[in-house]
Amino acid sequence: MSAFTQEPAFAPSRPKAPLGIGKALTGISGLDELTSGGLPRGRPTLICGGAGCGKTVLGLEFLVRGATDHGEPGAIFSFEESGNELAANVASFGFDLPGLVAQKKLVVDHVRIDRNQIEEAGDYDLEGLFIRLAHAIDSIGAKRVLLDTPEVLFAGLANKEILRSELHRLLRWLKEKGVTAVITGERGESTLTRHGLEEYVSDCVILLDLRVHDQISTRRLRVVKYRGARHGTDEYPFLIGDHGISVLPLSSLQLVHEASTERISSGNSELDRMLGGGYYRGSSILVSGGSGSGKTSVAACLASTRGRDERALYFSFEESPAQLIRNMSSIGLNLANLVKKKRLRIISTRPSGFGLETHLFAIYQAIEEFKPSVVVLDPITDFAAIGNMNEIRAMMTRLVDHLKTKGITALLTSAQVPGVIDDGSNVEANAGVSSLIDTWIVLQSFEVAGERNRAISVRKSRGTSHSNQVREFVISDGGLSLINTYRDAAGFVTGSAREAQQRHDAANGGGTDNGSTKSAGGASPP
Amino acid sequence: MTMTITTKAPRAKKPKVDCEYVLRLFVSGLTPRSQRAIDNLQHICERYLAGRHRIEVIDLYQSPERAHDEQIIAVPTLLKVRPFPPKRVIGDLSHVDKVLQGLDIK
Repeated sequence: MSAFTQEPAFAPSRPKAPLGIGKALTGISGLDELTSGGLPRGRPTLICGGAGCGKTVLGLEFLVRGATDHGEPGAIFSFEESGNELAANVASFGFDLPGLVAQKKLVVDHVRIDRNQIEEAGDYDLEGLFIRLAHAIDSIGAKRVLLDTPEVLFAGLANKEILRSELHRLLRWLKEKGVTAVITGERGESTLTRHGLEEYVSDCVILLDLRVHDQISTRRLRVVKYRGARHGTDEYPFLIGDHGISVLPLSSLQLVHEASTERISSGNSELDRMLGGGYYRGSSILVSGGSGSGKTSVAACLASTRGRDERALYFSFEESPAQLIRNMSSIGLNLANLVKKKRLRIISTRPSGFGLETHLFAIYQAIEEFKPSVVVLDPITDFAAIGNMNEIRAMMTRLVDHLKTKGITALLTSAQVPGVIDDGSNVEANAGVSSLIDTWIVLQSFEVAGERNRAISVRKSRGTSHSNQVREFVISDGGLSLINTYRDAAGFVTGSAREAQQRHDAANGGGTDNGSTKSAGGASPP
Repeated sequence: MTMTITTKAPRAKKPKVDCEYVLRLFVSGLTPRSQRAIDNLQHICERYLAGRHRIEVIDLYQSPERAHDEQIIAVPTLLKVRPFPPKRVIGDLSHVDKVLQGLDIK
C-alpha cells in the first residue's frame, strides 16, 4: 500500500532534519545569550584556563542545570577532586550533588590515579576508563558528561603516546555516544591546554581567565571557537556568585525585563506627587543638575527611605561614607543608623582608581553580595575622567539593564559640565544615558535677585502622569521640601521674592497662589 | 564473569583464603593483549610464586561496575590484593622485571 511508504514522514518519533547545530542550554546566565543557545549538542566542548579560574564550577553548573532544569541527566568524572569535595565546593551555590545523585539525575565518579602505586609493564590502553564512562552514562541515561580534568592522567601514566591516542579516541567516542560533553583543561604556556587537548576538540572551545589588575581580580570568558555557530567573540567578564556563574554579555542585550507596576516612594511626599505616585520599582532614574543643585540629597532621600525596610546600596564617587553620612544628617537623614543595621551600604571609590570594566565589575559584585532593592550611583559623570562617552554609555547600558533584569531600582546622578546652559538638556553632560532612563528629574540652581535658589522638575517619567511644573526646591534641616509654585505677573518666583509674594497673598487672603492647587495634583488628569 | 585460576597444589594443602599472594587481573574481553597478559602472569607466578598464589581474572565487559569499584583506568591492570600494601601493574605484563618489582617479589 502506498500508505506505508508515506508513513515515516508522519511518524511523530521521526526526528526533524537538523538545521545547523543543535544546542544544549547551559542555564548559565549570560552564556546562553552569547553562544546563541548553549553548547553544541552531542559534541564535546573544551573549557580551558589557569588554576582557580572557574572551569570546574562552569562544568558542574552545566551538568546540574541540565539535570534540574532541562531534564538531561549527567555523568561527572572527576580526575582531581573526590565526589565529596566536589559536592562541598558547589553546595554554596545551592547545587545539591548528593541529592541529585540519589534521584539518579547525576552520577559522580572520582577517577583516582596514584602514580606511586602503578608500575607499567608492557602494552596497555585505557579501555578500563571507557568501560567506566559507558557504565556510568548508561546507568542513568546521561545526556551530559563532564570530564574534569582528564589531563591529570598525564601525571599518573608514563606512556604519553598511549595517553594521547587514547584521549583522542575518547573524544571521538563521546561524540559517537551522542552526549554533550564538557572537558576541562589546564592552560598551557603557549597552548590552550597543557597537553594540546584543543587539537582534538574541534567544535567548541571556551577560554576562562582570571586577571588581577589594580588589585582587583576579574574573571573573563571568551568563546575561542564555536564551529558552525554565531557567537560573541569578545571577552566577557563573569562572576562566580551565590547562584553559580553569571556572564555579563555587553552587546547582546535584549529588553526582556519585567515591568513592575509597584510604586516606591522617593522619600519625599511632594516629589512623589510630582511623579504621580513615586518611582516605579525596578525603574531607572536619572537626577541631573549642576553642582550644588541637590542631586545627592535627592539620591540619599531614596536610599534612606528604601533602607527602612529593604536594602540600599550607595556608590559614592565623590564623598567618603563618613562625609556623606555627616552631610545628609544635616538635612535630617540618619544614614549612620541604616548603615549600622546593614540596611544601607555606602561604597566610596574614586573613578580614576580603576578602569570602567573594573568598576562595573566591582558594582556587580557588590550587588550580588548585598542584594539591594535600590542602587545609587552618585555621580556617573565622574567616569568621564577614565572613559569616553561611548564607553561610559556602554557601561551604563549594561548596568541599567542588569539592574532592571534583577528588578532593582537604579538612581544615577549626573552633574553638568560647568559653562553649559544649566537646563539638563546637555546630552554630553549626562553621559548620553538619558535614553536608558525611565524617570529624569532635573535640578536647577540659579541666581536671581542676589540669591541662589533651586528648582526641580520632572523632565520625563515613562508610564506616569507626572507633573509638568517647575517647582522651587528647598533643602533645610528638615530635609527636602518642594514649595508650591508662586507666580507673579512676570512668571515663577522663588526665594525672598516668593516669600514676599506669600506674605502679600496671606495679607490679601488668597490671591495668586495658583501653584498650591495646581501642584497638589500636578498635571494629573482630574 | 569472574574466572578463578588457581594452581592446584596450594588448594590441596591449605584453604585458599590463606594464599600468600592474591592477584586480580582486569582485562577487557579476550583480546590478544588480554590473553598475553594472562599467559605472562601465569608464567611468572609459576616460576616465582609456585604454590603460594591465587589469580582472579575479571573481564570488565562482563562486570563493568568493577572498573569503578576498583579504580581501573588502563587495561590490563594487575592488582596485588595481598600481601599488603596493594600494588598495581598495568600492561600486558611482558616486562617480567617490572612485574616482579610491582608485586614486590625479589
